[in-house]
Amino acid sequence: MTAHSVQRPHALSIENLSLEFPTYAGAVKALDGVTIKVGNAEIVGLVGESGCGKSVSTMAATRLLPEGRYKITQGSIRLFGRDPMAMDEEELQQVRGKLVSTIFQEPMNALNPTIRIGQQLVSVIRRHEALGRKAAEAVAVNILADMLIPEPARIMQAYPFELSGGMRQRVLIAMAFSCNPGLIIADEPTTALDVTVQAAILRLIQGRARRTGTSVVFISHNIAVVSQICDRLYIMYAGRIVESGPTRAVLDRPQHPYTRALLRCLPERVRPKEPLESIPGTVPNLLDPPPGCFYRPRCPEADARCMEKPHSTALPGGQAVSCWQRAGHPSHPSSEVPS
Amino acid sequence: MTITRIIVPRLILLFFVVFGVAIITFAISHLIPGDPARLIAGDRASAETLENVRRDLGLDRPVTDQFVIYVRNLLHGDLGTSLRTRRPVAADIATFLPATLELGLLSLVLAVLIGVPLGVFSAIYKDGPIDQIARTVSVCGISMPVFWFGMVVILLFYAKLQILPGSGRLAMAFAAPQRVTGFFLIDTLLEGRFDAFLSAVRHLILPTFVLAFANLGVITRQIRASMLDVLQEDYIRTARASGLRRRVVIFNHALRNALIPSITLLGLALGDLLYGAVLTETIFAWPGMGTYVVTSIQTLDFPAIMGFTVVASIGYVLINLVIDLAYMLADPQIREVG
Repeated sequence: MTAHSVQRPHALSIENLSLEFPTYAGAVKALDGVTIKVGNAEIVGLVGESGCGKSVSTMAATRLLPEGRYKITQGSIRLFGRDPMAMDEEELQQVRGKLVSTIFQEPMNALNPTIRIGQQLVSVIRRHEALGRKAAEAVAVNILADMLIPEPARIMQAYPFELSGGMRQRVLIAMAFSCNPGLIIADEPTTALDVTVQAAILRLIQGRARRTGTSVVFISHNIAVVSQICDRLYIMYAGRIVESGPTRAVLDRPQHPYTRALLRCLPERVRPKEPLESIPGTVPNLLDPPPGCFYRPRCPEADARCMEKPHSTALPGGQAVSCWQRAGHPSHPSSEVPS
Repeated sequence: MTITRIIVPRLILLFFVVFGVAIITFAISHLIPGDPARLIAGDRASAETLENVRRDLGLDRPVTDQFVIYVRNLLHGDLGTSLRTRRPVAADIATFLPATLELGLLSLVLAVLIGVPLGVFSAIYKDGPIDQIARTVSVCGISMPVFWFGMVVILLFYAKLQILPGSGRLAMAFAAPQRVTGFFLIDTLLEGRFDAFLSAVRHLILPTFVLAFANLGVITRQIRASMLDVLQEDYIRTARASGLRRRVVIFNHALRNALIPSITLLGLALGDLLYGAVLTETIFAWPGMGTYVVTSIQTLDFPAIMGFTVVASIGYVLINLVIDLAYMLADPQIREVG
C-alpha cells in the first residue's frame, strides 16, 4: 500500500468469495458469495454449524487448503491489502506465522510429538525474527509465561505428551502470538477442552490480542462462546453469511430466523427441566443445494419469496441480514426476541 | 536409567536364547541318523580307527556329559571342529562372517539411502510421475526373486557387457589382504593397495545391488505409507501454518515421525539379509556365511551347522536390541517414560 493512503487496509477482507471443491460426484459449493471484513485490532466471531464454511473461509485466506483440490469461482481475498492467491510459496511462508497465525482446534495433535516444546517455539520464532538461539529461547520463555504457563523454562524442555490438553493449547496460543502477528485465526480453540479451561483460554487470547492490538477471527459453533469476546459476529449457514453485526446488536435483536434458532438452542436460555430446543431438519447437501434461501427447508417463516436467493440488507446500527422477511422492514422482528 | 532398563533384560534374554538354541542344535545333531565318526574316518576305516575317532570326539561318553561339555565349550567360544574343513568352526565363521557383513551392511545402507528419499518424494508427489516410478520400482523389488534377478544381472553386466565381475570378492590377480577387520574395502586400504580396493569395490557392486533391491522396495513402500499418514497430521498443518520452510516441515517434522514405524522394518530387513545372503552369495560365489552354511548342509557338517545356528540366533537377539535402542532414540515417549 502507498504511503499516503488515508485508511489502513483491513487485517482480513474477504469479498464476495465463492469456492468449490470438485469431487467425482460434482462440485461441492463450500462458499457462496461470502464477505467478511476484519478491521485492525478487531475481534470478530464466525459462527455456524459444522461444515458451514467457517474454517474453509479462513484456510482459503492463508492458503492452507490442499492446493489444486479447490477452485475459487468468484470474489477476492486480501490480507492486510495483499492477495494471498498471488503469493508464491516463499511469500506465503513469510506471511504465515508472522503476519497471520492460526490456532487450531485439536491441541492433542497440533504439536509435533517428537520435538520438545521449546524447539518447536524457537524454530517458529527464528523463522520470522532475526534472533540467535539464546534470544529466541528468551522470547519463547517470556511468551509462555505470558500465557500463564507455570515453570516455562521446564516446559520448554518437555515433550507434548507430558502436558495436559489445556497446557498444550496455551503452548499453541503462545506459538501463534510469538512473532507478534497482525491477525490471529482461532479455529475452535476451546472446543476440545473442558468447560472450566475454556473460559481461561478465551481470556488469554482476548487479553493478549487487546494488549498488542492484534486482530482476531474467532471461529466457533457456539454462539455463547464467541459472544463473550467478540466485537462483531458473522453467522454462517451452508456456505453463506446469513447475518452480521456488532455482537450486542446480534444477540439483542437477532434478525435472521437461523440466528434466532441458534440463540434458542443455548442451554443457558432454558429453564431447568425444560427440554432443550434444537433446529428441526438438517443442513442442505452442498453438492446439490436447494434453490433460493438455503435455510428455507428448515425455516418456520419461509414463503414463496424465499425460493429466490435473498440479498444482504444493511440495517441501522451496523447489522446486515440476508432474509426476505427482513428486507424492507428492519425493525419488525425485535419484538419477538427469545428470552 | 532407561537404557539399562532396556539393555539388561535383553542380555538376560540372550543367555536363555543361546541356551535354548544349544539344546535344540545338540538334540538335532544326536537325533539325526548317521555316525559322525564314520563320516570323519571314512567308509573303509577299521573298527579300531572308528573307536579312536569316537573317543577323540567324546562320543563314547553319556549324552548328558556330552551336552555339558558342548555348553562349556560354547561358553569358551569353542564351536567345535568342522568335519569338512578340519578347522575350528569359530575360525571358519570368523573368516566367512565379515564377507557376509560387508555385503549385507553395504546393501542395507544402499537400500536405506535410496529407499527413504524415494519413499518421501513418492509421498509428497503422490500420484505424480516420481510416485509412479517409485511404486513400480518397489513392486519389482518385492516381487522379483533374488536368484532370478541375480542371474539376469550377471548375464547382462558380466556376460554381455563385460563391465563388472560376476563372482568372488577380488580379482584373481590380487592376493586377499591380511585380515584386520575382514572387510576387504577396509583391509585393502589399510595395506595401501588402492588397485585391490578398486577391485573389491567392483566385485561388490552387483551382489550389493541385487541384495539391496528387494529391501529397497519394502523400505520405499513403508516410508511412503507412513509419510502419507504423517502428512495428514494436525502438527504438520501447525508447522505449515507457522510458516516453516517446506524442507523443514517434510524432513524435520514429518520424516522424524514417519521413521518410527519403519524402525521395526529396518531391523527385520537386517535379519532378512542373512537369508538373502544365502541365495545372493551362492549366485555370486561370494565366500561368506551363506556359501559356508549351504556347503555345510550339503556335506552334513554338523558342528558347522550348529555353530552357524548359534551365531545367527545371537545375531537376531542383538538386532532386536538395536531396534529397541533405535526406538528410544526416535520416540521421546519411549525414552522419557520407558
